[in-house]
Amino acid sequence: MTFSSSLELLAFHNVAYTIYAFMIISIIAWFGYNLTRKEKAPSKVRIPFYTYIGFLVVMGVGHHIFTYNTIPWVSQDIKRHEIKPDASYKFEVGKHKWINMPKHVTVQCGQTIEFDVQSRDLVYGFGLFRQDGTLAMQMQVNPGTDVNGILDSNDILWTFNHNGLFDVVSTEYSGPDEYDRETGEDLMKVKKWLTVVGCKEDGGKK
Amino acid sequence: MSIMNNLINGTNFDHKSLNALQKVTLRAVVMSFLFFGLVAIEGMIMRLVQAHAPIPHMFYHPEHYFSIMTVHPIVGIFGSTYQLVFAAFMFLVPFLTKKPLYSIKLANAVWLLITIGTALAWLSAFFTGYAPLYTLYWPLPADTTQFSVFGGIVFIVGVALIMVGTLGFIYNIYATIFQRVGVHKDKTTKELLISGFGIDGMLNLWNKLRGKQPYTKEPALALPVVAIFRGTVDTFLDAIVILSAGILVLVYLLFDASGHPLNVGAIDALLYKNYFWWGLDLVADGLVLIYVAGSWYLLATLITGQKLFMENVARAALMLELLVSWMVWSHHLLADQGQPEMMKLISGEMVTAFELLTQGLALFITLVTLWKARPLKITPELAYLLGGLVGFGLAVPAAIIQADMGMNRILHNTQWIIFAHVHIALIVGLYMTLYSAVYVLWPIVTNNTRMFSKKLTWTHFWLYLIGGVGMGAFAGMAGLDGMLRRHLYVNGEFNTLMILAAICGTMVLVAWFLFLFNIVMSVGIKGLIGIFLPAEDKTASYGIEPETVAENHKV
Repeated sequence: MTFSSSLELLAFHNVAYTIYAFMIISIIAWFGYNLTRKEKAPSKVRIPFYTYIGFLVVMGVGHHIFTYNTIPWVSQDIKRHEIKPDASYKFEVGKHKWINMPKHVTVQCGQTIEFDVQSRDLVYGFGLFRQDGTLAMQMQVNPGTDVNGILDSNDILWTFNHNGLFDVVSTEYSGPDEYDRETGEDLMKVKKWLTVVGCKEDGGKK
Repeated sequence: MSIMNNLINGTNFDHKSLNALQKVTLRAVVMSFLFFGLVAIEGMIMRLVQAHAPIPHMFYHPEHYFSIMTVHPIVGIFGSTYQLVFAAFMFLVPFLTKKPLYSIKLANAVWLLITIGTALAWLSAFFTGYAPLYTLYWPLPADTTQFSVFGGIVFIVGVALIMVGTLGFIYNIYATIFQRVGVHKDKTTKELLISGFGIDGMLNLWNKLRGKQPYTKEPALALPVVAIFRGTVDTFLDAIVILSAGILVLVYLLFDASGHPLNVGAIDALLYKNYFWWGLDLVADGLVLIYVAGSWYLLATLITGQKLFMENVARAALMLELLVSWMVWSHHLLADQGQPEMMKLISGEMVTAFELLTQGLALFITLVTLWKARPLKITPELAYLLGGLVGFGLAVPAAIIQADMGMNRILHNTQWIIFAHVHIALIVGLYMTLYSAVYVLWPIVTNNTRMFSKKLTWTHFWLYLIGGVGMGAFAGMAGLDGMLRRHLYVNGEFNTLMILAAICGTMVLVAWFLFLFNIVMSVGIKGLIGIFLPAEDKTASYGIEPETVAENHKV
């Protein structure tokens, strides 16, 4: 099992957590009801204490093992400095404006792209959003320089497996100047900045 | 009795019968619930903006919207939650240890400092639009091109006063615990320290494994006091971090005001983020979880009148939480590419996952303690306690899910984080636990004042529970759809979910109003004013036996 896009992962997460939420609410409600009963509720399941503790440990740690093996961008992110990207885009951000950012980027299906964004002043974010508003990926863009005064990198690798058009939005608040003071429109949002082409309808290379 | 008479005189509340400890407790409680109302109104304004409601256009202005977002957590966490928790603990520690509170004057200074500090921070945001948000990511709080220097100084002074008040609370708590009077007359500081850190519970377990006699059969401190002791360590560290960050911002603002601005680049933004989140996270993952676990244990034992199930394990778990809470801050930095991967992996993921264990353990111990005492009558305090368990049962797994390098890439800074996790944890988990404590302590602190209406109590419960869970769920779903948490949406992008969240938020606001109305009708306006008048009885302790509370729950 592998999630080829964040949309698949979000859908899976939505279903799994909703089931869990109803389950925990029902258990506490059932528990509350049985607290009031004079006759003892028959034990349906007996969970030994150490089994319960073991279950919590397995769930806590196992969750990360599961995501490491099913979400491709985790290992790619950890090993990103050993991976040669198919293309790199390096640009800056300062005073709530993207600087030297390409006007538009086209990516072929399956390509791994490096985005390296450097901030001249504040903490910003860099996020790619689909046209339906869902988030494809993001990172924080921290300001700072090295000892030679060169701006610090905030780099991420991303592999695109589905066709689509993506907007760029700063995913971190950097003050009200990001917005039009009257209308409240986001001035840093770049519409339809990145296009992915060449994928099959259900994802993956043709 | 007529409504008007109730409104003026209350039911049978007599403020003159209250001693100094009771009065100082109630003063902070009153301020806490007034701030809760303010924070609920602020939250509703933001919900209405996000739902694209036809409200005055000024609320859609970014500086106005984000100034509300900046003070919302300050008022909610410090003005309301801290006040209520501090009030409860400054009453409970003397009550449980059967010793006087170290200083009533200091307790008065605590609620006054927090109230004035919160008000200053709020006024600064309201009048000058100072809006760096509670995260204060460097160098935004010192960005004088966007914010007023004066506003920033007032805001930081306000937060500093809150932290000074917090330090006052800490001093009062520890000074009370370490007082060698009453039952602790013959105890040494070492014995109290060992018990306070939960080490005696750990040694008892260790001795049991080795087939030896327990280290101690009668621990020096009761378990809820151990939780307060332990949680207060994190409260102290957190206060120091926030205070020092505030001083840093203040220095920059003062130099700017003098016409000699300092170089903001001298402070490394990522290092600052690490430092600030280490401290700030001690609120969320330290003191809240520990205080809540302690409160659950106390409430379960008071409601059932029985000993806590697996008390030694509970004591030891509080010690484990100490280590866990100090090492989990990196889960806030999983989207920061400059953060070392090992820190993300160990602190951000693996150690954070242990919170599932510590909180799951607290949930288990509380549930079994209640279960062993059944049948019980469902009273408001028991219902609220169960509501609190539901809240953390939902919020903690949500936190573990997002504290993952894979999930965080698409959940970081979305509404999922702040609603499915934070708001459910605070509104449902923490506050329902606190409401339970309010109902348990109400007869003790008010000398058996009758509550005006039971119907209002239950209406508050259901509106609050459904509204709180509903708002967290709908806004959390918007987060899964890509809605950011610190972002202004003016085109109705997530309208359906935001309208549903606003409806649920309205339920929380109405619930608060009903609760307040019920309280005011119980104590009366005269009583409410009387709470703030000096106490004739200067006693700083309260000696009712905890067992009497349990009698109210027997079927």
